[in-house]
Amino acid sequence: MLISSRDPFECRETENLYRLAVNLNNNGHAVTLFLVQNGVMPARKSAANRKFAGLIRQGIHIEVDDFSAKERSIMEKELKKGINLASIENIINSLAKGTKTIWH
Amino acid sequence: MNEKTTLTFAIMDPPFESARSTTFFRLLNVAASRGYNINVFAYEGGVHLPFNKQKRHANGVHGTTLEEENHPLPKEWVNELINIAKQNNGHIEWVNCGLCADERGIDETVSGVRRGSPADFWKLASASDNSLVIGTR
Amino acid sequence: MRALQIIEAGYRGTLEEQDDTIIWLTHAMKGIDADISVLLCGNAVNYILVDQAPPMLQFGNWVQTQATDIEGDLVKLIDKDVEVYVVKEDLKSRGLINRKNIGGIKLIDRNQLPSLLEKYEQLWHW
Repeated sequence: MLISSRDPFECRETENLYRLAVNLNNNGHAVTLFLVQNGVMPARKSAANRKFAGLIRQGIHIEVDDFSAKERSIMEKELKKGINLASIENIINSLAKGTKTIWH
Repeated sequence: MNEKTTLTFAIMDPPFESARSTTFFRLLNVAASRGYNINVFAYEGGVHLPFNKQKRHANGVHGTTLEEENHPLPKEWVNELINIAKQNNGHIEWVNCGLCADERGIDETVSGVRRGSPADFWKLASASDNSLVIGTR
Repeated sequence: MRALQIIEAGYRGTLEEQDDTIIWLTHAMKGIDADISVLLCGNAVNYILVDQAPPMLQFGNWVQTQATDIEGDLVKLIDKDVEVYVVKEDLKSRGLINRKNIGGIKLIDRNQLPSLLEKYEQLWHW
């Protein structure tokens, strides 16, 4: 699991995290990208980030922290197709299962 | 590994300055409510989180009294989470990096927090099912 | 003296402080009649949206009772005649240009920033 906490419009390193997700996926790993804090900013349909859109096309599983979304007035209907709101419990589920998890 | 799930977290941020400390406490809350054993290694500014001299204040800009403002104090959250873990048959072992605490004058913490060293982090992480490092930026 | 507060880092410690500390600082300075304006850029442009609803935190017996209300704090600044500028391109890239906002703000193109900055004696980029 890759936890993306930074806004890609602000921090270019975030796009490197997206690239890592794709590369891990290409290596046969099941990858979940969990967006939290300002990391949720590209999740809106209207947000224009080509690298992020590419993740969805490549089938990376993406979850958006419901708490962070609410805080920033992001409604579920505004999310890009293929990504969903999720509870932060999913991070703990992932850790408890022993899934390697990186905070970015 | 243990029968009971054990997770280790490292946190580097002080309270009140980033969203990371809040998210970190939300994560601990989930794990503590499940009765997991939790280890925390507070590094650098993270040693401020359980600092016992944190104080509430009123807020003139908000127009609130001390009671109305009910200002969040992370030291109280540490206490609450230690209790939540206990009530669910889990445990929180909170280690404040001793040298980081000395540098910052963090000489008093809430009960249940001890001083430690990088060796503690290594040992705690080695004995855990998983770990999560929440680095500062 | 005129000063411009430039706020770029949004949602930084806001749940624990129960406000944005630079918006708070601007209120405090306005309270002593400071001639001060605000420029929102980066992810702080999200602050102008309506319906920001940070959930109340709860850890055991500790329950948050004072909600963080950034949009309300901004409205109060505007009511005090503080000019609030917002960088249009930062709104556009984040898909926020057509979202309902609090009103009373001044959208500004990035290439108009030099003219804006020239109006202030001091520039404080937090």
